[in-house]
Amino acid sequence: MAIFVDQNTKVIVQGLTGGQGKYHGLRNRAYGTQVVGGVTPGKGGLDVEGIPVFDSVADAVAATGADASFIAVPPKAASAAILEAAAAGVRFVVCITEGIPAQDEARVYNTLIRDFPGTRLLGPNCPGIISPGKCNIGITAGEIAELPSASGPNVGIVSRSGTLTYQALYELKQRGIGVSTCVGIGGDPVPGTNFIDCLREFQADPETHAIIMIGEIGGSAEEEAAEFIKANVTKPMSAYIAGVTAPAGKKMGHAGAIVSGGKGTAQGKMDALAAAGVRIGLNPTEAGDLMAEIVASLR
Amino acid sequence: MDLFEYQGKQYFARFDIPVSPGGIADTVEEAVVQAAAAGYPVVVKAQVQVGGRGKAGGIKLANNEAEVRLHAGNILGMDIKGHLVERVWVEYASDIAEEYYASFTLDRAAKKHLLMLSVEGGVEIEAVAESNPDAILLRHIDPVDGITLEWARQAAIDARMPAQSVEGVASILVKLYRCFTEGDCDLAEINPLILKPTGEIHALDAKVSLDNNAEFRHPEWAEYRETEVLDERELLAREKGLQYIGLQGSVGIIANGAGLAMSTLDVVNQVGGSAANFLDIGGGANADLMSAALEVINYDQSVKSILINIFGGITRGEEVAKGIVEALNRVSLRAPIVIRLDGTNAEEGRQILLSAGIPESVLQSKPTMLEAARAAVAIANAN
Repeated sequence: MAIFVDQNTKVIVQGLTGGQGKYHGLRNRAYGTQVVGGVTPGKGGLDVEGIPVFDSVADAVAATGADASFIAVPPKAASAAILEAAAAGVRFVVCITEGIPAQDEARVYNTLIRDFPGTRLLGPNCPGIISPGKCNIGITAGEIAELPSASGPNVGIVSRSGTLTYQALYELKQRGIGVSTCVGIGGDPVPGTNFIDCLREFQADPETHAIIMIGEIGGSAEEEAAEFIKANVTKPMSAYIAGVTAPAGKKMGHAGAIVSGGKGTAQGKMDALAAAGVRIGLNPTEAGDLMAEIVASLR
Repeated sequence: MDLFEYQGKQYFARFDIPVSPGGIADTVEEAVVQAAAAGYPVVVKAQVQVGGRGKAGGIKLANNEAEVRLHAGNILGMDIKGHLVERVWVEYASDIAEEYYASFTLDRAAKKHLLMLSVEGGVEIEAVAESNPDAILLRHIDPVDGITLEWARQAAIDARMPAQSVEGVASILVKLYRCFTEGDCDLAEINPLILKPTGEIHALDAKVSLDNNAEFRHPEWAEYRETEVLDERELLAREKGLQYIGLQGSVGIIANGAGLAMSTLDVVNQVGGSAANFLDIGGGANADLMSAALEVINYDQSVKSILINIFGGITRGEEVAKGIVEALNRVSLRAPIVIRLDGTNAEEGRQILLSAGIPESVLQSKPTMLEAARAAVAIANAN
């Protein structure tokens, strides 16, 4: 088991003929992911190292039976690419594109909710998802993800930040702790998939025994997650929130990471999560140490 | 990107939102010319991106040329909460019967657009939210649907606008919403939105924050970039295409990814140091970007050590290493580097650094983020 994607997931890459799409699409395939096709308008009929390219997502889905898509196209084209995938019936869409205008993101999100409830969007501006040993969609270096062990305990990871997602994977790898699935939800203001969506799946996934959550300043997603955890999550958790030292009023790189009007501070988020029973590390290593303690107690 | 009031008003005017006639001046003489063009009486307003201008003496009424000279002379060069006033906006002084508040933003929790509308304008909306929250109408909008004039009229009625103001407020809401969406704003706010004794509704102030991600479809934003308030380090970083925020400490930070950069700041702080900056070289950082990042950091006199924290995803370790070697050839760094390199091709990167034969006094490598932070802070605090 794993959440969202596994060994049966068939993936197409929108933008496979572009630099990023090709590099990461081929890496995903090399990891063992079933990368069954690519989409680039006007390049249907070509192939990228044996992966067939189609003119449209609909063509690709019809020919390959793909149920997931990896979108690696520039910001201008990303919104249309997401909606094209949804319209073609793709179940799970991973968009790594950084720099999509917030107005476009809000429209796409609400269009998906209304017209394509069967499609889940991960991202944009996210590193992707990896169910170690089964499926890797996005830019995560697969070798830093520890395989889940058949007997457990295994940990699920959900993170708002790309590089901190790798850091979390790495912390667990160092300690030999298996990972069921690692989801990078991305740092934009309107993520298609949020903490709660992932926590719900992890709670239901028999292969996940504990959960690490990596948040950051800005917005209220961590506070909302804390409410959800209090009511619904029985699996033990550790968390780390980045940006304790971030000054107010400055966007810390991510469009979503800003402390404004005293809201969205790291401290407020840590307090909310601690009140929900989550063990809080003050840096990624500490969160890893806490998870090691949790895992030891589960063994 | 936050706009100055005058730029916000010019932006509003693009969407037919009524604003007072006026002009911008960076000298007293220009202020006099703008006042004559706008017609007396005028208001002379300091152009700074900080609240509380009025209380600080940055907004003055002038009935004639002598008063414009006096007030513009006083306000230009004034320091308002650390912001130097370099320009004033001079506009015709409108008579005010009532002051309202209107804004559109994105509600991240609801993932919808949010209208805030209140009959209590002219004061900070946060203060109203505290003292009299019922006076603020909050209404969500599905971004797919947008709003209609009918919807806006109902909102004005529900916000308990007086009957004579409903039509004018509704009309401005529709225009302000267009400005917010088509104009790619993070925030479009009018405070105060005024009712004149003659019955017209009118934007007396403008607070506009633009979404940087949408800049590619707004060539007209180029002029706003020119007036943006950035320190010299931030300007240099922008030229190099880096995400940089200047801070007050002594450890220069370079990391890939916003989260890791933030986390690096936190860890430096935890081990007793303080960061000189936030710098995210982003995904796919190559040799050019890395050497540009080092140049920007090197420009900052207060940097005593440089902490490079890279975890490779898109970013490849060998590219980072090449960039460092190249930068060390290009610029003579004033501070030693401590690097922590992990992830994609990290081993290749470490080999490149080793074989370059860089002395330990210039660059040392640490296996973990925490150890690297300790080493960088030790150097910074020793100097």
